[in-house]
Amino acid sequence: MIIDKVKKLNGEDTKRVKNEKAADMMIGKWVKCDSCKEIIYKEDLHKNLSVCPNCGKHFRLSARRRIKQIADEGTFEEIGADILTKDPLKFDGYLKKVEVLKEKTKIEEAVKCGICEIEGEKAVLGVMDGNFLMGSMGSAVGERITLAIETAIEKELPLIMFCVSGGARMQEGIVSLMQMAKTSSAIAKLNQAKNLYISVLTDPTTGGVTASFASLGDIILAEPKALIGFAGPRVIEQTIKQKLPEGFQSSEFLLEHGFIDKIVERKEMKSTLAKLIRMHK
Amino acid sequence: MAELTAWDRVTLARQLERPKASDYINSIFEDFIELHGDRCFGDDKAIIGGIATLNKMPVTVIGEQKGKNVKENMERNFGMPEPEGYRKALRLMKQAEKFKRPIITFIDTPGAYPGMGAEERGQGEAIARSIMEMSSLKVPIICIIIGEGSSGGALAIGVGDKIVMLENAVYSILSPEGFASILYKDSTKAKEAAQNMKMTANDLKKLKIIDKIIKEPEDGAQNDFETIVEEIKKYLTQSIKKLQQLTEEELLKQRYAKFRNM
Ligand SMILES: [Zn+2]
Repeated sequence: MIIDKVKKLNGEDTKRVKNEKAADMMIGKWVKCDSCKEIIYKEDLHKNLSVCPNCGKHFRLSARRRIKQIADEGTFEEIGADILTKDPLKFDGYLKKVEVLKEKTKIEEAVKCGICEIEGEKAVLGVMDGNFLMGSMGSAVGERITLAIETAIEKELPLIMFCVSGGARMQEGIVSLMQMAKTSSAIAKLNQAKNLYISVLTDPTTGGVTASFASLGDIILAEPKALIGFAGPRVIEQTIKQKLPEGFQSSEFLLEHGFIDKIVERKEMKSTLAKLIRMHK
Repeated sequence: MAELTAWDRVTLARQLERPKASDYINSIFEDFIELHGDRCFGDDKAIIGGIATLNKMPVTVIGEQKGKNVKENMERNFGMPEPEGYRKALRLMKQAEKFKRPIITFIDTPGAYPGMGAEERGQGEAIARSIMEMSSLKVPIICIIIGEGSSGGALAIGVGDKIVMLENAVYSILSPEGFASILYKDSTKAKEAAQNMKMTANDLKKLKIIDKIIKEPEDGAQNDFETIVEEIKKYLTQSIKKLQQLTEEELLKQRYAKFRNM
């Protein structure tokens, strides 16, 4: 999605911009909206919460940016940062791949959890990061999330989880599958303790994350036009041997079918969360 | 005879003639009464469930049901449940809790069905809820993987106090073919994938994912079915008795710790 080299660009619009801003583009100051094809100045995009100013498309967010948007400035205190990737299957090349990725992305794992304030309301906030192996859930992700849930119980705080995931962490095999049981069991405990749990589904939320904590919120919110499902669209198409209709498994589709409570635009997200937390105090 | 490879076991686990959930249910228990429907949408034939007795003690049994020929498999959707299957299973498990009956599940599925209807009716939600609810049901739960235990579709009825596997059953995050096509970009490397995925009973016992292996002949469970049935029956009787000696609180604490440590 992000264009860092001029040679990747094409089309009329691009040509115009290219002439004007060729130098800027060489160092990656521009992105193209893959929804409306508009070329956007990155800084403008970020000022607009990474939502396309032209068509309203919600770009995917890193955990760092998401936390900045949701947590009051300077209040986020990370928990479980010392829980790192494990290699239970001794899978060839896995840890090496993770090391390279960590170096490249400066991200330690596919979720970041912590205690923070949201408009002054204290909460446990977990944010997944799709830039790290597609937000897949391995043992470190499951462990960090479970620790976050247990912290919410212990400190009697509401829990907010921002989900984005391609599903299981294949390289961790069966241990990855068991994270679904671990996190869901912890949510059961959270329910018994009567803490509020708001799950926010963002693009894309699929596989084992959909089939565990993501679908278990007291209130389930979603960003507009996110892909949300258990099976990925390609797997379904291969199974039924036909193309899926436009918008299948979108947030709007899930709302229509009764599986989420509300679609919330990014600019309303923080205030909506704060409002909901206050209503449960 | 050389040790069977992981792929040999995958092949055995998928054999048409391998005993299916209904075979075990009808042989281990007396008086099985099948109960139907999720009270919401329909009755999924890929999951069967009901009440039976084990040495005169009422129990709830649930199983993912594959067929033994094409016709049966069409009817059972090859053991691939849709949301209503998991919702039926959960309804029966809640019923078991109400009447304080132990629960026994038989796992045998290539995965939850990835179809349009299944997505429209909330496959992810159905699996998630079943997993969450099983973690806090106040009765003993024993899960037995009898053939293929693949993905969240298997785990949905797999959160128990004891996880048992037949020696030639397999349990994994997805099929070795799927794994190979994702990680090796080559679905023909399934044999290699099966080896590396650590999906056999022996591998999973070492990883502490399962508690008990039920021995079976090298050419498959169908060749010594009666002995296997007796072994399962013996294990169920003993372990249910032990689990029933725990208080509800101890039982749930132990189950939480089991998955918490995985
Ligand atoms: Zn746009």
